[in-house]
Amino acid sequence: MTDPTRARIEGLIAGSDVLLFMKGVPAAPQCGFSGALVQILARLDVPFDSVDVLADFAVREGIKAYSNWPTLPQLYVKGEFVGGCDIVREMFHSGELAALLNAKGVVGAQS
Amino acid sequence: MAMSAAEIERLIKAAFPEAQVVIMDLAGDGDHFGARVICETFRGKSRVQQHQMVYAALQGHMGGTLHALALETATPA
Repeated sequence: MTDPTRARIEGLIAGSDVLLFMKGVPAAPQCGFSGALVQILARLDVPFDSVDVLADFAVREGIKAYSNWPTLPQLYVKGEFVGGCDIVREMFHSGELAALLNAKGVVGAQS
Repeated sequence: MAMSAAEIERLIKAAFPEAQVVIMDLAGDGDHFGARVICETFRGKSRVQQHQMVYAALQGHMGGTLHALALETATPA
């Protein structure tokens, strides 16, 4: 991954409390796993930003190296990698995700 | 060519010889698998770290020839 791509990724992550790297956009996810996380964040009423990696190949590949995580979607909260679809879904169902969001002071997170 | 359940199991067991590994073909299409891996090596590690360990065992296939793997990791009770 080139330095400009790494810098861009770091800027994106630092610039949002909750950031979802996904395929497509929240209104039109292009992959079931990405859509699942959009729904989870919507159900928790969490405001979030997203990055459509289908429109940005360098970020699509760079984010996998950045987080040492081979797939998308990827969720970041306050700059920290939380997980992909499996982990975030598991955390949602166990209540851990709402607890994490509250602990991180993310406004609007419903438990 | 998509990976087979047997190949996924072989790679995971090669990296975690004492693990309990169950592979499920979720969609019956040989392309969407689930894996449950229970191993003492995971103890004390976060879920992200546990999954990263399994992805490392899959030697770069994850996200490539292995399109989707619903992964569940745990330590023995």
